[in-house]
Parts: sequence; structure tokens; C-alpha cells
Amino acid sequence: MFDINKIRQDFPILKRTVYNRPLVYFDNAATTQKPQVVIDAISKYYEQDNANIHRGVHYLSQMGTQAYEESRKAVKTFINAEHDYEIIFTRGATESINLVASSFGKKYLKQGDEILLSGMEHHSNIVPWQIICEEKEAKLAVIPITDTGELNLTDIEKRFTDKTKLLAITHVSNALGTINPIKRLIDIAHKYNIPVLIDGAQAVSHLKVDVKELDCDFYCFSGHKVYGPTGIGVLYGKEKLLEEMPPYQGGGEMIRKVTFEKTEYSSLPFKFEAGTPNIADGIALKAALDYVSSIGLFNIALYEAELLHYATNQLLNINGLKIYGTAKEKAAVISFLLENIHPYDAGTILDKLGVAVRTGHHCAQPIMDWYGIPGTIRASFALYNTKEEIDGMIKSLQKVIEMFS
Amino acid sequence: MKIEEIENEIVEEFSNFDDWMDKYSYIIEFGKTLPLIDEKYKTKSNLIEGCQSQVWLNAELEGDKIIFKADSDAIITKGIVGLLIRALSNQTPDDVLNSKLDFVEKIGLKEHLSPTRANGLTAMIKQMKLYALAFKTKMSK
Repeated sequence: MFDINKIRQDFPILKRTVYNRPLVYFDNAATTQKPQVVIDAISKYYEQDNANIHRGVHYLSQMGTQAYEESRKAVKTFINAEHDYEIIFTRGATESINLVASSFGKKYLKQGDEILLSGMEHHSNIVPWQIICEEKEAKLAVIPITDTGELNLTDIEKRFTDKTKLLAITHVSNALGTINPIKRLIDIAHKYNIPVLIDGAQAVSHLKVDVKELDCDFYCFSGHKVYGPTGIGVLYGKEKLLEEMPPYQGGGEMIRKVTFEKTEYSSLPFKFEAGTPNIADGIALKAALDYVSSIGLFNIALYEAELLHYATNQLLNINGLKIYGTAKEKAAVISFLLENIHPYDAGTILDKLGVAVRTGHHCAQPIMDWYGIPGTIRASFALYNTKEEIDGMIKSLQKVIEMFS
Repeated sequence: MKIEEIENEIVEEFSNFDDWMDKYSYIIEFGKTLPLIDEKYKTKSNLIEGCQSQVWLNAELEGDKIIFKADSDAIITKGIVGLLIRALSNQTPDDVLNSKLDFVEKIGLKEHLSPTRANGLTAMIKQMKLYALAFKTKMSK
């Protein structure tokens, strides 16, 4: 049962006002708000359980280790991975991608090789690859997008060549909301023995992810975009690949034995987790995933689809409004522009009216270049948003138009 | 008029507005009425790229005064650009260098100068001061 009033009660921040107006928070693609259970998990850790983990034999350290490792198991279950040691904790999706780019790249990339991306990637799924490509004299190849903001899959098989070493692609576009047919792409890539990394930062809060069913080789996401804390993220990788890859960073935790001559590394997942981890947020991530699971991603998806449909129709009633990204399969993200009004101007006034949206290029400049626009206004919804809030945004947009006409 | 006097004048004008909406309406109107700078000044070297909006800034020395001309693709940014030009254009390099521009805070627009807004304004002020420094050096030779 999806009880929106009860859900809103779970998020204390939704009670606050901004500029003496009730907060309408539509910047969920940037970060989601946190339910009380997540906030409590963080406070409880620091109030009662704080100790360094994985090393101490004392009580608190053992309890902390157990809680942190239970969180790993929760992630495993959440995305249906085979083993919990295939779950690497990182700072976020960005670090997860950097880890793979650096470590996988070091091992497998050679001069002239290619990393295949798409034209709708977030900068965090472009720049890490550029850095390693520069080092290895490899290059990026790009699957183009169409006017509707979908992948242009014409001749897609030809984009996989003997130079392609990896496909790195987003599950859901942060700027447009497009849900990509990643299962199909993974199947094609695997036909040519090319591994696939999925950037799931925008997907995990909106749709059920099953890495076994997808058969992806890597999957990344950030805790803070799925109602969890900032500073904790996940890299899922298939055991075989993770075993073959060299460590990303060196330090404590990731070693078995250190001498000045040679160091033996820890087994998975610790090989990729140098230093004291983000214990509190790691533990609180479980609270977030449990919360999402208790409501059910199917219910969330259904409710958000309703919000998306409603908002799209309401927005299209506004004269001169254009939506960017009109894919058939979309998550609850709408990018749009008002005729002759710069997104920065619109965003500034919307903010004053208590509506938090994102304006600008959304860290996806190649998409904006493709459309030939400076940026968009992006409203992105979460499970706690309502149709009344959408009505509020529509009213505010009319005010914006009035002010700039 | 000295920069400080102009700043006081602007603060005085803005004190008449009751709420933010009047204030922004004024900035928007001001932004709209500002003369666009000549296309020839909209060069790549005059472009200050913000993450969200862009600003073009041109500076020339006339006698001992700097003449700034600027433009932006966003109206609110352009309105604020206009206020900055009003304060800093037609002033000596020394005065520009020493200006504190407190008025932006006093009229409640400081948020537009925060790095997170990334509208090119902070970079524009820095660029104006760099021009002033360059002209000052040139004049002392």
C-alpha cells in the first residue's frame, strides 16, 4: 500500500519552509532527501557505536564491523548480486567509475583501443575514461543520440569493434530521464566478449535493478540518490574481473602482508577499499535500502510514473514550453525550457517561489551541445512528491513567464 | 561620482522595494533595457564562461578612466552586470582595484556572487579588477 501522507511524514525536511513558503523539492536527481531512519542510523552510530572496523578485537569494533558488513549484504540483496564480496564500497558512483577506469584501464587498455560510451553520459562517465585513455593512448567512441533523447541504435553492432575494450553507459539519463535498453546492449556487447559498466546513479531509486538478470560486468550507484547518505557509493563487479584487476588505491585494510620488498593484497572486496571506510554512512545505507524495499520499487515506479505523466501533461499546457527528452521509456525526470527565458533566470525566480529545481547543463554538456541549448530547467521527482506540488510548480512557472514577458 | 557614492545610490534605490519580487522585477527590467554590447565585443576572449550563464566583458582605457561594457545571455545576470558596470565603469584603475562592492550584499543579491551559482559574475568582478591592474601598470610605465 502506497500511503503518500505516511511517506511524507518519514522525511523531516519536507516540513520545512524556504523563504516562508513550503519547500517543493524537485531536485531529486541531484540528491534525494533522507528518511528519519537513515538520519537515526547515522546519529546512533556516532552516539553509541563509533569505533574503527575490521581490525579491533574489542566489542565496539566488532559490532561496527558486523553492521558495516551487513550493509554490504543488504546491497548485494538490493541489486541481486551473486556474492557480497562483489560489492565494493566507494564514495559514490563517480569514484566507482574512476576505480574501474583506472584499474581496469591499467590492466586491459592498450594504444589504439576504444571505450564505447553514449552521447548522454554524465561527465562522471566521460572524464575518468578520458584520463585513462590519454595515459594509454586509447580513445572514446560514442553511441549518438536521437532528437527524442534516445540512443541511436542504428547499426549498433558495428560500434563494437575489435578495438572496443569496454562499454560504459548510463542506465537512466540524469539530464533527460531516458531509460536505456541496457539489457539489449549488454547482450550485444557480450556477443563480442566486451564487458559492460552500467552507471546506475539515476536508476536505483526508480527501478528494480537485478545485476544477475542484466548480466552486466560492473554496476555503480551513489547512496545519496537512493535516500541514503552522501559519501557512500557502490561498485558491483563480477568476481572474475575484480580478481584480475589491480588495486585502485593503496593503504591499510587492502593488504594481507606488507614488507618493503613486496605487498600481498587482501582478498575481495577489501583489495579495493584502502583506508578507514565511511563507516557511519555505509551502515546508514542499509537503512535507506531497507526503507526503499519496505515500500517496494514496483510501487515507487508506479507512483512516480503517475507523477511524470501528470507533470508532463501540465507542462505541455504552458505556451512555448518545450520538453527535452521525450523517450518512450523515462524515469521521473523532465528537462524543459520556456521560450525566450534563460534557464538561469527561470531557476532564480522558481527558487524564490520555494520550488527547488536544477538549472544548467546538469553535468552533461555534450547533450546540451547536441540540442544547441545553454541548459535546461530540470524537475526530477521522488517517491515523496505530490501532484499538488506539481501544480505549485506550474503556477510558479506562470509567474516566471509573467515576470519575463 | 565616486564608486562608493554610486554604491550608496544603488542601495538607496533598492531600499524602496518591499519584497523580493519588486526587486527582481526591477533587475529584470533593468536587464532588458540595458544596451546590448556591440557584436564585435562578443568575442571568445571577452567571454567569461559560467556554468549556468555567460558574461561578455570588454574594457578600454579612455584617458585615466576604464570604460567597461558587458552583456549576459541571462537577464537577471545581465541586470546585475548592469549594476556592476554602473559602479565600476568610467572610474580610474585605482578606484576599481580598491572597490569593495559591498552594495551587492546590502541589496540582498550576494547569493548571485556565490561560487555555486556559477553565473560568471564572480569571475567577471575578478576580471574587472585584473583589467584595472593591467591598465594601472600600463599607465605607470
